[in-house]
Amino acid sequence: MAQSSVLRPGHVSLRVLDMEAAIVHYRERLGLQEVDRDAQGRVYFKAWDEQDWFSVVLREADRPGMDYVGFKVVSSAALDQLEAELKSFGCKVERIPANELKHCGERIRFEIPTGHLIELYAHKEYMGNGLGRVNPDPWPEGLKGMQAQRFDHVLLYGDDLDTNLKLFTEVLKFDLTEQVVDGELKLATFLSCSNKVHDIAFIRHAEKGKFHHASFLLGTWEEILRAADLISMHDISLDLGPTRHGLTRGRTIYFFDPSGNRNEVFCGDYTWYPDHEPITWTADKLGKAIFYHDRKLNENFLNVVT
Amino acid sequence: METAYEIVIEETDERFFCAAGENILKAMERLNRKGIPVGCRGGGCGVCKVRVRSGRYSARKMSRAHVSVEEESNGIGLACRLVPESDLAVQVLGTMRKSVLAQIARTASAND
Ligand code: FES
Ligand SMILES: [Fe+2]
Repeated sequence: MAQSSVLRPGHVSLRVLDMEAAIVHYRERLGLQEVDRDAQGRVYFKAWDEQDWFSVVLREADRPGMDYVGFKVVSSAALDQLEAELKSFGCKVERIPANELKHCGERIRFEIPTGHLIELYAHKEYMGNGLGRVNPDPWPEGLKGMQAQRFDHVLLYGDDLDTNLKLFTEVLKFDLTEQVVDGELKLATFLSCSNKVHDIAFIRHAEKGKFHHASFLLGTWEEILRAADLISMHDISLDLGPTRHGLTRGRTIYFFDPSGNRNEVFCGDYTWYPDHEPITWTADKLGKAIFYHDRKLNENFLNVVT
Repeated sequence: METAYEIVIEETDERFFCAAGENILKAMERLNRKGIPVGCRGGGCGVCKVRVRSGRYSARKMSRAHVSVEEESNGIGLACRLVPESDLAVQVLGTMRKSVLAQIARTASAND
């Protein structure tokens, strides 16, 4: 239990095979707002209720997957301190100058034991949610598709969950909120730096550095159903749902972007407080832990990653 | 009638029709046929990998993490990215590689 100087997942950079198709998916279907493009051809998006300039960056490449996920920290001083602590933990830390991603301050980037790249940064330009900060209306008009409210978390697959957990809890001061275990062996770890029940999660896997999904918040169960309708309307590749998770209690639907990266939209998990104790699921009840209604192991969900 | 090509999965002799312009994984799924593992349907995850033994097709962009340039020129591809231009015979190469989590959960449930 600790208060982390890490605030939240602030951006994710995803590789896509076909940028035009990806833009239609993320802008028109998920309902993110396109906010910039850069000289490298990267396209930047934000969800409507986020305050900072962007939260999703797409890059065209010959293989899909995740380049990195970035977390915002409270201050430059906290960034410097975390850099020092990450180095003494044994991480190789790289400094990336301000504006390498447009509108973003200096970032530090390091590889975690599961082989994923994580970034931390203290500053990103303010854009606002379009409603202002004095007597605001509750939501903006003209939103598209699923009307995602914010980029919420990622789930990643990798091998060394134990050292990862040590790094996240001891250095970055995240809380372990839920886990799946088989005896002593940790199969899944859900981690929070905030009041959310997860800001990042990991599942044990033979290969390093795999991407399972990026998740976006919706408001209600009715909106999840509406997302499902849009998935059929536009012939989007459906993975699973709408349904309920045992883990985190979230109401959810999973689908794929046109390059095969998995997305989730969800709502209705619970509030985490740092004085809570983690919840444990046992491997024999994994079916129910993941999909509470189906109660069985879903091959696609468990094994398909980019 | 619109043009459709017959796809045969060699190992199982499963046969189904695929409309012109449609990818073979989608045709298989839509007819509720089995044989090629289905994953992301977007050329990203690699589970639907096949070798085309005979026939003509066009291939859309697919992940280089799963199909190399050399493989692609030797008739190997991801079924969700292959659009037939004639009848096709395919051999399934892809498998749903079981994650550690899936394997352990299966054993744990079996021992219940
Ligand atoms: S189903 Fe994922 S690559 Fe074809
Ligand atoms: Fe999720």
